[in-house]
Amino acid sequence: VKASWLKWAIPAAVVPVLLLLAYGFKTNPHDIPSPLLNRPAAAFSLTTFSGAPISLESLRGSVVVLNFWASWCVPACYDEAPALERTWREYKDKGVTVVGVDVQDKEEAAREFLAKFNHSFPNAPDPKGRVSVDYGVYGVPETFFIDRQGRVRFKVVGGLTDETARHHLDALLKEPS
Amino acid sequence: VIPELGYGATVAALVLALWGAAAAVMSARSGSAALLRSGERAAVGAFALITACIALMLYAFLTFDFSIQYVAINTNRGTPFYYRITALWGALEGSIVLWSWMLSIYTLIVVFQYRRRQPELYPWVLSVMLGILAFFLLVMTIPAPPFERLTPIPPDGRGLNPLLQDSGMITHPVALYLGFTGFTVPFAFAMAALIVGRTGEEWITITRRWTIIAWYFLSLGLLIGGWWSYHVLGWGGYWAWDPVENAAFMPWLTATAFLHSVMVQERRRMLKLWNLSLIILTFGLTIFGTFLTRSGIIGSVHSFTQGSIGIFFLGFLALALLGSFSLLASRMERLRAEGVLDSVVSRESMFLLNNLFLVAAAFTVFFGTVFPLLSEAVRGVKISVGAPFFNLVNIPVFLSLLFLMGVGPLIAWRRASAENLKRNFLKPVLAGFVAAAALRAVGVANGLVLTAMGLVVFVASTIALDLFRAVRARRRSGDGWSAATWGLLLRQNRRYGGFIVHLGILVVALGVAGSQAWSVQKEVTLDRGQSAELAGYHVRFDGLSASEESNHAKVTGAFTVTNGGAGGDVLHPAKKFYPQDQSPIAAVDYRLGFFEDIYVVLGDFANDGSHATIKVQVNRMVSWLWMGGFVLTLGAALAILPDARRTA
Repeated sequence: VKASWLKWAIPAAVVPVLLLLAYGFKTNPHDIPSPLLNRPAAAFSLTTFSGAPISLESLRGSVVVLNFWASWCVPACYDEAPALERTWREYKDKGVTVVGVDVQDKEEAAREFLAKFNHSFPNAPDPKGRVSVDYGVYGVPETFFIDRQGRVRFKVVGGLTDETARHHLDALLKEPS
Repeated sequence: VIPELGYGATVAALVLALWGAAAAVMSARSGSAALLRSGERAAVGAFALITACIALMLYAFLTFDFSIQYVAINTNRGTPFYYRITALWGALEGSIVLWSWMLSIYTLIVVFQYRRRQPELYPWVLSVMLGILAFFLLVMTIPAPPFERLTPIPPDGRGLNPLLQDSGMITHPVALYLGFTGFTVPFAFAMAALIVGRTGEEWITITRRWTIIAWYFLSLGLLIGGWWSYHVLGWGGYWAWDPVENAAFMPWLTATAFLHSVMVQERRRMLKLWNLSLIILTFGLTIFGTFLTRSGIIGSVHSFTQGSIGIFFLGFLALALLGSFSLLASRMERLRAEGVLDSVVSRESMFLLNNLFLVAAAFTVFFGTVFPLLSEAVRGVKISVGAPFFNLVNIPVFLSLLFLMGVGPLIAWRRASAENLKRNFLKPVLAGFVAAAALRAVGVANGLVLTAMGLVVFVASTIALDLFRAVRARRRSGDGWSAATWGLLLRQNRRYGGFIVHLGILVVALGVAGSQAWSVQKEVTLDRGQSAELAGYHVRFDGLSASEESNHAKVTGAFTVTNGGAGGDVLHPAKKFYPQDQSPIAAVDYRLGFFEDIYVVLGDFANDGSHATIKVQVNRMVSWLWMGGFVLTLGAALAILPDARRTA
């Protein structure tokens, strides 16, 4: 030990680590994204509850909000449902489509859910769970924002709010098509 | 009245712990025996009160007292009897109660063991331990009170997290916490040694067995956690580099380094500063792990709920690390090494290398765990660090450690002669190469597996050779083989206990290497009566059945598994639907085997039972992990026996 102040380097070295951990309180770990970000979104083609076919291919060129939900998902899916419908109404004329994918559900329960919230955007069951597997969904609700080029750009785990939806959509719509 | 009694007991225990810590300090300064006795009585009182909290909590669980929020959240009327007991530590608040209780037990043992033996260190040890206990009691009082009232009282509770309704949850947290809290004892002795200024080998000799006990329980906790993950989570793995697994693994790595480096200090009077730093780090990492799991700052499958508790833990972590490292800095002059490193080819330098690798591993794990945070803080980019990073950086480190595990215990202290090297290592090195070549010849092509297995054979041979020579030497004095072996193990229990622990680690290493390289899986959708084939196993889907269990509904599949022409065995993987949980839980079914397990997970199915999707895995050598755990237990038990040479 050459200089007497040098020995204090050991306790001092702890400080930045503590500061980093303190910074952690400001962050939300649920925002940690999936490896799918900025990759082309997996193609899907499903049949909606009203019998119409819907596929990612057919939506190319518009921004897609892909929401995974289920009627048994209490309370998060119930909390976010009105926000999804509001988002759809606000943005459908601006080149945005909201698509709901119903995961591991009973059909009657799912239809009841859709009726309860008056959902007017397309909603389709994911009968073999294939789409949810492709998107790496590990719990509902999860929402993916897909840009006009068909790349996954944002992922939100847990209930979606109007603010978050608006924030992400405005960013994506600002980009040149 | 239970909430009031419980809360009262918690506050009283907190007051006692604070008083005890202060009384012990005052007695150390004034030499007052009366104050010290008062501090001891406070420790006993705190233990009694925390025990009362546990008893009240158990009573509340067993009688479904839903006026307590913690009970209402973690149990319901259908919860089976033993899960009502384990629900005690099934969530945040209760886990802190368990932690405090174990810490108070350790404190009590320290009181009874050392009150007369270590008059100079003991008051400070007592003070440090009670101070730490006071922190956990503070957490139980303010941010995470286990006896919080719930009004109105619900008719039924929500129920324990289904994933925790497993026998592994009885032992995993208990073992893990016994490990975590156990490191408080060597830490407290280290702090006392620094305060008093007795920075020699004394504190290390006193705490050697404590460190082994804590290390053993932590190892056991990690292995049981792996077992839980393997047979409950249904992904066929036992380790995922999840932040919380890492949180328990980091103190294990530094504690392992500590266990080895203290031997260098005992023999060669070197590394004083290093050993103190390692025990501070180990203790700090146990608190860091608790902070990580309970603050919610990093996403993990294990996370408890978030809340102000994180700030308490961070504050305590800051206090503990800054305080102990500052104390260390202020005693720097006394920590100069008395011995010097004579040669690079010596046991002390091998131990240094071992320490370097272990600490490097701990650092990379730490770095990978907090990197998402760092990246967000510095660059504003959110990323996640996954298994590929940890495997990439740690595999070479662990292979190097395996190699050192063979060299370290048998190379000479100070300076190894060519004679020593040849005598101890020539045959084992050859054995390692022969084993790798033999495996290559039978078709094993994976270089990492060949290296790992070759190293394992090398290390096992060094141990076998050493044991063989020592037993042969004893036989010359007239003992039979078994008498000579037992006599040797018991007489040199520390050395051979360590060797047996090493053998346990080798068995675990074989399990890891084999399972990573040779496990196979496939996912198939089967119609009823249809079969799938994987690695010689035929799995036939026979049908589904639904049932109502005490606290969940269950859909069970029947799959007949045959291997070759044998009669066949029916496996019943299931999906459990718990009302309190959003998604169903897969209940895996499996048959464990010495070399391979067959493991079936039920995925999606048609409600009429006409078809089902399953994941079939043939997992190879996973059982070796659990067998390694048993060997480890034997070795640790042998190592903590009283030193026969001294008492004899």
